[in-house]
Amino acid sequence: MPSTDDWIHNPLGVVEGMFAASQNVPDSGWEAKAVAFFKDRLEEKDAHTRVPSLNDVPLHYLPPGSLVRFRCFIQDMFDPEFYTGAYEAADPTTGAKVLRCGKYRDVTDCAVDFNSGNTLTAERRTFYCVPIPGENPWAKEGFAASSRARVAPSTSYAPTRQKRSYEEDDDDDMDTQPQTQPHTGPQSPTEARGNGDCKRREKAAPCGPAAAPAHLDLNFPLPGEKGPSCLLKVYEERDGFTLNEAVEVFGILSVSPALGALADGDASSSLLDPAGAMETAEEQRVHSPPASLVPRLHMLHATPLPHGNPLLPAAGLEDGSACSSPSPGELSSARAELLSFLSGVLLGDALAAEYLILHLVSNVYTRRDVLPLGKFTLNLSGCPAAFPERLYRALRQLVPSSYYLAMTLQNMNQVRLVPTKDYGANRLRSGALQLARNTSLFLDESRLEQGQLDPTGVRNITALGTLISWQKVDYDFSFHTMEFSCNVNVIIASEGRSLLPAVEDDFVAMRKEAPQSVSPEDLHRMLVVARLLSVSRGHTSLSPADWLRAKQLELLRRSRTPPPPRLNEP
Amino acid sequence: MSSPTSTPGGRKRGRTTNPSTPSSEGPTSPLSQRRRGLDSSAGDLMPMPTSPPTDMLSPAAPQDNSLFSSPRPSVPPNEVDMSSPLMYGTPSSRVEGTPRSGVRGTPARQRPDLGSVSKAPQVDLQYEPQPNADGAVGSEPNAGQRLVIWGTDVNVGTCKEKFQRFLQRFIDPSSTEDENAGLDLNEPLYMQKLEEISVVGDPVLNVNCLHVQSFDAELYRQLICYPQEVIPTFDMAVNELFFERFPDSILEYQIQVRPYNALKTRNMRNLNPEDIDQLITISGMVIRTSQLIPEMQEAFFQCQVCAFSTRVEVDRGRIAEPAVCRHCNTTHSLALVHNRSLFSDKQMIKIQESPDDMPAGQTPHTTVVYAHNDLVDKVQPGDRINITGVFRAVPMRANPRQSNVKSVYKTHIDVIHFRKTDEKRLHGLDDAEQKLFTEERVQTLKELAAKPDVYERLAAALAPSIYEHEDIKKGILLQLFGGTRKDFSKTGRGHFRADLNILLCGDPGTSKSQLLRYVFNLVPRGQYTSGKGSSAVGLTAYVMKDPETRQLVLQTGALVLSDNGICCIDEFDKMSDSTRSVLHEVMEQQTLSIAKAGIICQLNARTSVLAAANPIESQWNPKKTTIENIQLPHTLLSRFDLIFLMLDPQDEAYDRRLAHHLVSLYYKSEEQMEEEYLDMAMLRDYIAYARTYVTPRLSEEAGQALIEAYVDMRKIGSGRGMVSAYPRQLEALIRLSEAHSKVRFSDKVETIDVEEAKRLHREALKQSATDPRTGFVDISILTTGMSATARKRREEVAQALKKVIQAKGKAPAMKYYQLLDDLRGQSETAITKEMFDEALRALSDEDYLTVTGKTVRLLA
Repeated sequence: MPSTDDWIHNPLGVVEGMFAASQNVPDSGWEAKAVAFFKDRLEEKDAHTRVPSLNDVPLHYLPPGSLVRFRCFIQDMFDPEFYTGAYEAADPTTGAKVLRCGKYRDVTDCAVDFNSGNTLTAERRTFYCVPIPGENPWAKEGFAASSRARVAPSTSYAPTRQKRSYEEDDDDDMDTQPQTQPHTGPQSPTEARGNGDCKRREKAAPCGPAAAPAHLDLNFPLPGEKGPSCLLKVYEERDGFTLNEAVEVFGILSVSPALGALADGDASSSLLDPAGAMETAEEQRVHSPPASLVPRLHMLHATPLPHGNPLLPAAGLEDGSACSSPSPGELSSARAELLSFLSGVLLGDALAAEYLILHLVSNVYTRRDVLPLGKFTLNLSGCPAAFPERLYRALRQLVPSSYYLAMTLQNMNQVRLVPTKDYGANRLRSGALQLARNTSLFLDESRLEQGQLDPTGVRNITALGTLISWQKVDYDFSFHTMEFSCNVNVIIASEGRSLLPAVEDDFVAMRKEAPQSVSPEDLHRMLVVARLLSVSRGHTSLSPADWLRAKQLELLRRSRTPPPPRLNEP
Repeated sequence: MSSPTSTPGGRKRGRTTNPSTPSSEGPTSPLSQRRRGLDSSAGDLMPMPTSPPTDMLSPAAPQDNSLFSSPRPSVPPNEVDMSSPLMYGTPSSRVEGTPRSGVRGTPARQRPDLGSVSKAPQVDLQYEPQPNADGAVGSEPNAGQRLVIWGTDVNVGTCKEKFQRFLQRFIDPSSTEDENAGLDLNEPLYMQKLEEISVVGDPVLNVNCLHVQSFDAELYRQLICYPQEVIPTFDMAVNELFFERFPDSILEYQIQVRPYNALKTRNMRNLNPEDIDQLITISGMVIRTSQLIPEMQEAFFQCQVCAFSTRVEVDRGRIAEPAVCRHCNTTHSLALVHNRSLFSDKQMIKIQESPDDMPAGQTPHTTVVYAHNDLVDKVQPGDRINITGVFRAVPMRANPRQSNVKSVYKTHIDVIHFRKTDEKRLHGLDDAEQKLFTEERVQTLKELAAKPDVYERLAAALAPSIYEHEDIKKGILLQLFGGTRKDFSKTGRGHFRADLNILLCGDPGTSKSQLLRYVFNLVPRGQYTSGKGSSAVGLTAYVMKDPETRQLVLQTGALVLSDNGICCIDEFDKMSDSTRSVLHEVMEQQTLSIAKAGIICQLNARTSVLAAANPIESQWNPKKTTIENIQLPHTLLSRFDLIFLMLDPQDEAYDRRLAHHLVSLYYKSEEQMEEEYLDMAMLRDYIAYARTYVTPRLSEEAGQALIEAYVDMRKIGSGRGMVSAYPRQLEALIRLSEAHSKVRFSDKVETIDVEEAKRLHREALKQSATDPRTGFVDISILTTGMSATARKRREEVAQALKKVIQAKGKAPAMKYYQLLDDLRGQSETAITKEMFDEALRALSDEDYLTVTGKTVRLLA
């Protein structure tokens, strides 16, 4: 049934048809109609699953000009761009002047008559998008499995074919990498780009700035990430997007080789062009990378991704809420199961498991002026050696996206955590703290050894502290910093008490009674615990039972942890 | 580059005009004749309007002028007159003109900021001898013979007349601009400026667009919409006028008009395709400047065979190399001679929108700006500037080897006028932010100010998530408003500090940091540092070598950056002594002197300091006096106008209220909270308005009250272990009173302001809770909740008690319970034992009586 899917294979044809039809109609509003058309099509039952996804289909399998989708994370926002929305061009065969549509395109087909009075200039914005940082393999697989797109060149295409072997690689990485390579955590080095060809190609040209300086730095927030990145061209509701937002984009793929500005021939001619010389080579490389590596995507429709979990219904259904909400019985049995699983992982510590659940369901739900409400950072102290890695591996199976940061001295001194603005290339150089909402950040403090923190290290530790206390990251814009609110679940595993501010749950039982007066912070914490407790039980309002349980939990926890040492002892 | 033939914006114009082809002779001739008439009156050519799009001339090589040395073979002489004017002439060419013909004798300088290097209009000019910039003239259908520049509705003659009228007549008696200092405000403003030009010899006339707008809205509209055509006309007009009036003055080149303050676009984010080719003003921060770029305007080729030379002008950024020598017909024999070609200066500047203008969650936009000629190197990275210029969009150059084109334009701004916003601050004038308030907003603000409880309301709106601490919030509120800036430099004392400094000192966990965070988020120019992580240089300034230019540059630190703002310093007590010592100068003189690495300078740092510190033992030691607990040097302490003690009262009633407040944070919906408090934007506007427009002065009574208050403070301060009062504290009281009257939008400081200042000063140090004999702070007093009403009640009870005692006559000693019973008998309200105790304590504070055990003795 190729005809019905024309809007997938040739969306530009659809757009152009609408454009042509609107020509003699004043105020036709064809642009809104075009957007509505695609939106309606995509909202048809399961229609969106027929659109191939850049996340799991290699780029060279996708025909240019077709509709694709991309589950991505807005890493940077470039300056607005003016383009020819409509232009007049001479038809090569007849020589007649034809008005053509320039929307959703990077390149005009033929010589444009810039002197024509019908040229229309319009504005669009470009966002630099990368796959969702730290997305775990099971989530990728889940999304890939739900896709029913048929990709032409590969009939035997199976996105998850080689998954098994990657998992095995993983385990090795877990133990060796953090010590040897400061830039990589035990993040899976190969994500679910499930095709062998593709993988080989990427291995041949590793994209790390150190390994191949000439090679393009795709600017992923987390080191060792793989996957396509793209330049997203946004036409409608340009201001509705924010940095660090996760969205699923439906757009027209554009991979014209003319887009890569850095072809060698261009370099010489740019010397003559006074305007061309203004852009540094670096800037050109960043803003016009070869389209084969960084495809352009002209957005037709986008849906926000509030959770990034393939097992949950997509956004929009939530308000209906009736669709698949489980019965209270199911919920409590699932909770009990989770609790026993986590207790197992935590070597039988049910209290820690209870807190871990609370941590997993926590979410910054609002901010009162500067105070984030609902954050619940957990510190598991007293972890035996090598335990944090094992815990993280279990955690990865539970959360859609996560990142393991070994707080080794070397890592702290070298890793770039805070995104910085690179004015030379005019882009935001990403850092590991540029994460999508509800990503789990696992800090392994047990790896911290004695030594000297250099200024970078101090900045990094400060950044982590700010993230934990205020749920925000101060991006470095060199002349000033700019704060970006975030919503990251931070969990710290340490041997002793963490040096970072967090709710602490001592893992090894310690019996020290320290009846302290309740400080406002304690009360804040109790309230958060109680709230999360009722959330984890699927309640919508806090019941007295939950409150009592929260008090009990807190009491137990406090009985295990030593009183915090006075920070400012004379 | 940006002529109407190549810019997309050009497309949108000229709907009303007749799009006659440039070469059509018919409609153009009348104008050209009229032009000629004008010309002959003011010299025989009209240079300025024609020059910008046509030729560029580097001031560096003015003598190299083909018009005089070797006229172009292809150009007939009369066209030279019209299109490529004489004023390219070297200084020597001025000799030609009589001294009287000023316009003629003074060389014009090309305006690359306006003109395009495109040669397309030039072609038109050569075929059609008439002087308009864009060559052709069309007639408006309705206006019959009214002639306008092609593509616009600008009639050169009318436009010129209007502008001359504007120059001759515009008066702005209410001008407050610093540029107009020293000018007679009741005389035509711009005529005085012209006079200034004739004296100083700097041929630049800055014109405030708002003035043009208020004088002639139509002219303003044309200026905004067609700057490329209108500004050269302005140039022409002003030069005529100038040389008419000052025929003997000699300028380096002709006067150039630089409009600024166009209202079209304020914000970089609002730039859109409609603004292309229009005059805009945006603000931003310079992030990069390029090196000077010599841009070739005219290439000089010489034949290697016969030494014949030819010139080729830049066409859309390119030079077409002649393939054949016209003289000897040798092919490919021409070589470029660089040092005889003409270049103009150009600099690329990148600006980024200022952080205040950005919506949350977005990254700042950047825009490329080109500065030409003398505007090159006028700004440095880090400067905050307002730019007026023409917004341009250039299509991406088509690659000759590809048939298809990138359908994207490159945008930039050709700058006409820079205005540094920092500069004003450095000159110590008024606050840079001339925030514009709409009528309604001002009305709302004034209504709010008229409310009797506006002070309490604003204080409550400050950091609503923080519980109680009303007095501290009030103190911070007054800090946000600040005192009145006074200038005593004539009498040699310089500026008085108008900014308030506050120290919060107290137990851990009393939300000091949160308050600091809030303030930092509220004020437009705030800096937040932590004492532990700050070094002296981080606070002040440091000298570093710029990696690009290898020059020493001064990097300013937090205190300088927060000039006119608030610098929040957390962990003040953890700061090293050397770091803290740099604060001495800042906190009183409000300047910062730097002498290092060959740079000696004094920077302004008119910042308020809001510091937070823990007591010396981390926690307040009730066994120690205030001064022992704070343990900061007197020199520093006296520089704080208010020192707040924030003690954890550890009292059940207090805890209950606190807990209630915290819980409500969690269950109240966002809307409910909004209803209860003023929103942050309102608070911000209120403060900005008061800071800008309200300048209270002391009234007579207030002065008296201040004197009283100071004498009292001296008395209390001499008590054991108290923070003693210095004359600085009197100034602090004045500032506080001024700030308080600013809160009321009152131009006069009255007694109530002084009362509140006094109260706050006393409350801050918990002086009411301090035992003057021992110097200890009595925590038990604090726990009773020192709200204003409670204190009032206590006062009443004390007075009642005093009456009871006085009624007893001369009994030197009384029984405690006896007295309580007597008081209960007399009072209408129930008197608890606590209230009685309080009253006793109050009276003993007054030295009226003393309590020993169960006996009460009268003193004196």
